[in-house]
Amino acid sequence: MRATLSTMSKHRLFWPVAVLVVLLLSNLAFTPGFFRIEVRQGQLYGSLIDILRFGAPLILVALGMTLVIATGGIDLSVGSVVAISGALACFLISKEADQNAFSGVVWAVALSLVLALVLGLWNGLLVAGVGIQPIVATLILMVAGRGLAQLITNGQIITINSSPYEVIGTGYELGIPIPVYIAAVVAAAAVLLTRRSALGMLIESVGGNAEASRLSGIRARQIKLMAYVFCGLCAGIAGLIVSSNVHSADGNNAGLFIELDAILAVVIGGTSLLGGRFSIGGTVLGALIIQALSTTIYTIGVPPEITLLVKALVVTAVCLIQSPAFRAKVFHRRSRPPAQAPADEQPKVEVPV
Amino acid sequence: MTATTGFWADPRLRRFRPQSRHIPVLATLALIVGMYGAGAAQYRAFSDGQVILNIFIDNAFLLVVAVGMTFVILSGGIDLSVGSVVALSTMVSAELLEHRGWPAFIVLPVVLAIGSLLGFAMGCIIHYFEIQPFIVTLAGMFLARGLCYTISTSSIPITDSFWTSLAQEKIRFGGYYISPSVVIALIVVLVGIYVLGYTRLGRSTYAVGGNPNSALLMGLPVGRTKISVYTISGFCSALGGVLFSFYTLSGYGLYGVGLELDAIAAVVIGGTLLTGGSGYLVGTVLGVLVLGLIQTLIIFDGRLSSWWTRIVVGVLLFAFILLQRIIAIRKK
Repeated sequence: MRATLSTMSKHRLFWPVAVLVVLLLSNLAFTPGFFRIEVRQGQLYGSLIDILRFGAPLILVALGMTLVIATGGIDLSVGSVVAISGALACFLISKEADQNAFSGVVWAVALSLVLALVLGLWNGLLVAGVGIQPIVATLILMVAGRGLAQLITNGQIITINSSPYEVIGTGYELGIPIPVYIAAVVAAAAVLLTRRSALGMLIESVGGNAEASRLSGIRARQIKLMAYVFCGLCAGIAGLIVSSNVHSADGNNAGLFIELDAILAVVIGGTSLLGGRFSIGGTVLGALIIQALSTTIYTIGVPPEITLLVKALVVTAVCLIQSPAFRAKVFHRRSRPPAQAPADEQPKVEVPV
Repeated sequence: MTATTGFWADPRLRRFRPQSRHIPVLATLALIVGMYGAGAAQYRAFSDGQVILNIFIDNAFLLVVAVGMTFVILSGGIDLSVGSVVALSTMVSAELLEHRGWPAFIVLPVVLAIGSLLGFAMGCIIHYFEIQPFIVTLAGMFLARGLCYTISTSSIPITDSFWTSLAQEKIRFGGYYISPSVVIALIVVLVGIYVLGYTRLGRSTYAVGGNPNSALLMGLPVGRTKISVYTISGFCSALGGVLFSFYTLSGYGLYGVGLELDAIAAVVIGGTLLTGGSGYLVGTVLGVLVLGLIQTLIIFDGRLSSWWTRIVVGVLLFAFILLQRIIAIRKK
């Protein structure tokens, strides 16, 4: 029993899973029916389903962020990309003669995703092509992107009334919300691409040491470029879900601070901010933890603004635990005495032999 | 950069050739002159000197925050918490003055101490536990915003006599006027220039930003410098928050959202290298002036909407970062 526990606790995903379980269980004390899932009109309802559904955009953005962080970079512009893709889709649909036309919606969605890809490509070119530090390069789009989103919406909140588009954010299939499917498909695709092909190893190698990877024949630039393009695409899909959820596009507030939540999710999931190792499963768990945290705070009845305080404490704690310097300073002091003790005893043991 | 061909071949001209580290600042200066000229040519009222003074009045708090940010960026770090610390300072001032009834002369040092303490704590975590400044100050940003909301989620108006008198005070000279905040901001800038240029702390800030390992091998106090730099930034953000509460006469948890981006933009447009080690506070003043001029031009134009400000700032950021990159490549 003890042995299985200790092997379990050594698994990379043990702590994220434990935190998520504790968070969810703590809800039981406040809302007894927290785990109840009902079927109403063929659709599943319940707090757990809500966490999955509203966590889907964050999961998507965090997935893209994971690959970017794994290559040793960071993408601050995802919030702006979320706003831009939602704005463009809603703008295009609002211009249609028939907002419910299926072809028009497909066209709008496709164009928005292409724009998101282009924005990711722009970030990637700045980082991998021109060689600007990732924080700075993506800061440009973070600042200008909100302006672009408002340029598309003309500074207003575009409200649309299009049933095919609303399916993306609020639809159900087999009782499960559509956003959950989208997030699951993208996550599965990311896992397949990175863990069933050499791509994941190449990304980790580039993140570990870009120059050494290049010298050993890996196209470090292309790998980085690809990570930013994927991140842009993920943010674009998240933008569609967010705008479809509220039937409108808000250039100012859509995806506000989502880059911070995404980075937080990635860090909680065990991916090092220094690049190199990454865990897609961990990121999904991290995003769910953040969403569960928000939900918990709402259900407990604490003012929702406290979420920020809790997030600050969580991010500090996780970073401290990840930091080798912190572990060396805090944990080593305790583990050193037993390590030294046998060294002192050694001569005594050797004498009789 | 020693090649003497073309325009600079003439020895009489070579004396005036700008050093490569001055080029970004000179580019910013040229930009300001160009923008001001374009504005003055188009709008008659634009050439009034009060327009420039108004930019300083409206952006005094940003100037103070940007001075702190310059220190941090020069040392090779970044501080994302400044906007939230500004909000926290307005909130703490308003709470202590209005709800607790503390006198202004106690509230001021308390607010400045809170900001400095936050900066000090972040600096310590960054230095001792070797965590990236970006993520530590991100946590600081969440923390300060969260603290604002624990005080109150709504706006608190300030009616304290000291605050209102400073808010309404105008310092007049020859038909023009400035607010006391501008004087405070300029004092902060002058002190900053002195510290960066003529003290040990300033020189080691440049050294740490240039190359922390070399600085350590040279025997410079790298840890102390890093912690000081974040403390200075915290102090400047708190002071910026106080100036902001003079400007708005209220405290609110949503003030200063995105202010960190404006401060970083001002520093970068002012020619400071984002990798650290090179730049001037004068450039930061010019950077704030550029941001202010963009806003003013867009207001004067009247047809363009305010979101163009963000796009133009983004384009300028891009141009200046590219310029820095080109200079860095040519140096090699």
